[in-house]
Amino acid sequence: MAEIRVQNLRKAFGAFVAVQDSNFVVEDGEFFVMLGPSGCGKTTTLRMIAGLELPTGGKILLGGEDVTMRRARERDIAFVFQLFALYPHMNVRKNIGFPLLAQGMPAAEIRSRVEETAKLLRIDHLLEKSVSGLAGGDRQRVALGRAIVRRPKCFLMDEPLGTLDTEFRDLMVHELRELHNRIHATTVYVTHDQMEAMSMADKIAVMNHGVIEQFGTPREIYDRPATMFVADFIGSPPMNFLKFGGGLAKGVKEIVVQGAKVAVPEVREDVAPADMALGIRPEHIRFDDGSKLRGAIYGTEYLGTTQIVAVETADGIIKARVPAGIHLSPGEQVGLTLSSARLSLFEKGSGRAVRTAIHDQAAEARHG
Amino acid sequence: MSLTTAHSVVAPSSNAKLIAGTIIIAYALISIVPLLWIFATSFKTPPDSIAYPPKIVFQPSIEGYCNLFTTRTRQTPEYINSLGPATGFCDETVRKRNMVIAGPSNFLPRFVNSLIIAFGSTFCAVFLGTLSAYGFSRFKVPLADDLLFFILSTRFMPPIAVAIPIYLMYRELGLSDTALGMILLYTAVNVSLAVWLLKGFIDEIPREYEEAAMIDGYTRLQAFWRTVLPQATTGIAATAIFCLIFAWNEYAFAALLTSGTAQTAPPFIPTIIGEGGQDWPAVAAGTTIFLVPILVFTILLRKQLLRGITFGAVRK
Repeated sequence: MAEIRVQNLRKAFGAFVAVQDSNFVVEDGEFFVMLGPSGCGKTTTLRMIAGLELPTGGKILLGGEDVTMRRARERDIAFVFQLFALYPHMNVRKNIGFPLLAQGMPAAEIRSRVEETAKLLRIDHLLEKSVSGLAGGDRQRVALGRAIVRRPKCFLMDEPLGTLDTEFRDLMVHELRELHNRIHATTVYVTHDQMEAMSMADKIAVMNHGVIEQFGTPREIYDRPATMFVADFIGSPPMNFLKFGGGLAKGVKEIVVQGAKVAVPEVREDVAPADMALGIRPEHIRFDDGSKLRGAIYGTEYLGTTQIVAVETADGIIKARVPAGIHLSPGEQVGLTLSSARLSLFEKGSGRAVRTAIHDQAAEARHG
Repeated sequence: MSLTTAHSVVAPSSNAKLIAGTIIIAYALISIVPLLWIFATSFKTPPDSIAYPPKIVFQPSIEGYCNLFTTRTRQTPEYINSLGPATGFCDETVRKRNMVIAGPSNFLPRFVNSLIIAFGSTFCAVFLGTLSAYGFSRFKVPLADDLLFFILSTRFMPPIAVAIPIYLMYRELGLSDTALGMILLYTAVNVSLAVWLLKGFIDEIPREYEEAAMIDGYTRLQAFWRTVLPQATTGIAATAIFCLIFAWNEYAFAALLTSGTAQTAPPFIPTIIGEGGQDWPAVAAGTTIFLVPILVFTILLRKQLLRGITFGAVRK
């Protein structure tokens, strides 16, 4: 196992820049997820780490060794493809043993290693089966088996659950995380599914247009999005934005949104006057008739324990997550109260988050 | 009952099936009658073969095959009687027509030439075709589209249109009437077909297979050999059949460029007619034997051929 260090990594296909100066470190034994919409450069980054694409610039270090220009087979990594890439002309045993065969391992040892791996993944009863007859989840396990049998420096996975049914997908999310907890392999996992990312990752990098927008733990990314893109991409429904104008100065603790005063975490930097946005997670909104921030109920989405309520305000629709017990009818006027301690502020032009007390608290918590 | 007679969107009606079946059977009969006639003629005696009205029921004989494989000389009955007893069935049959066997005919060496040239050129065309198709499919080849068009353009005119330049070139290079020359020629004609057919098949094989193998420690060539080739067998078999059929049946170039040592069966068979009258049974026998290799090859690979003519559209 080894850490992966990516420095100023860049990839251009002609005039199109797929990955722009990426920097991140995946620590030894960490489960790292690259999350982003399709075409954001996450798969390209993964393929560069694997050696399937050569970068236009930058460096990739595996366990401290510069492997940027090395061939895939010289990097000692394993890759799980979205479509699994199981060889249809080989049975399960041969598929799992295929990487060992490349190393010239004696047949008896391959046998025992394959069986050990199959047992770990609970597919030892399938070893002699043809891969074309397997169910989705079992194919996935065989693909994982082929990856872990060699005990490589790290695992790279490209949307490995993308083609599975929802049912299998939830099961495999748990299995993958459990497997990771048992073998502690450095893993880079690419997905566009935020639920997969949030439930499995130690660290997440959110990518958009070839740029890493934010790198952090799932909690950091959810609670303190670094950009409006991250805030909008993560969460279901995503973060609401209410616009407000004017600059901000250090020490400000209150802003005015739609004529209502809203307390916010203390601002820790000066921001020149510009269009700004206040970010609120749906679960941080409560209904309170006393509030000056008002809107009309537009529609509700019943989810069992909670409901998502769309409220039409002067600045468009915002969504609130409230207990399912509250009865609301369309057109009803409501006042909205926001949980001040959990709000984010953004500069609308650049999408960048304004530094506030939340960030400092988090930094203190980490260092203290 | 109502279920089975219910109108179905996908299943053809019984009337449609009947019409389709009739047309197919009629077409099959029309196609197969000439072949059956040749096969029957090869077992007729020369008088039976030219009898009028044509004989459908006849006493089978292998005289045609005897004549095909031997050369014979006409002798006086006294000379024939002076010889010892006939050594075999062919000897006996030939003597009845006042002839003796002078030696083996050229059919067998010509047939072997056909085998060497057709299978040799098929192998070369498929081998080169697979490699270049793989290259075009997987790598960024500069001017790939133009090159592919250029390769295809070699098929735009009938190959025989360049017969004279090739004849002159071959004479100059000493390739006239050599097996090597014919293999090169048929390979050149077939390789364009092979590249195009195989590129379609290889495009259909996801590149993840090789990428997985390369990450797992194999070189690209090993990955190609162990993951792409086994999955391309269908396409390779279909391509091989197409190439073999062309090379096996080719007549014009063979007649022009081969006359002796490297002559193939197609230009040889008509020459039988000239030897000692119109020996139709011998011609039919030669044709029948000539059909066997391609028939066997096609039957062996028929499953792949069926999949192959859909040009890679169907994959398991």
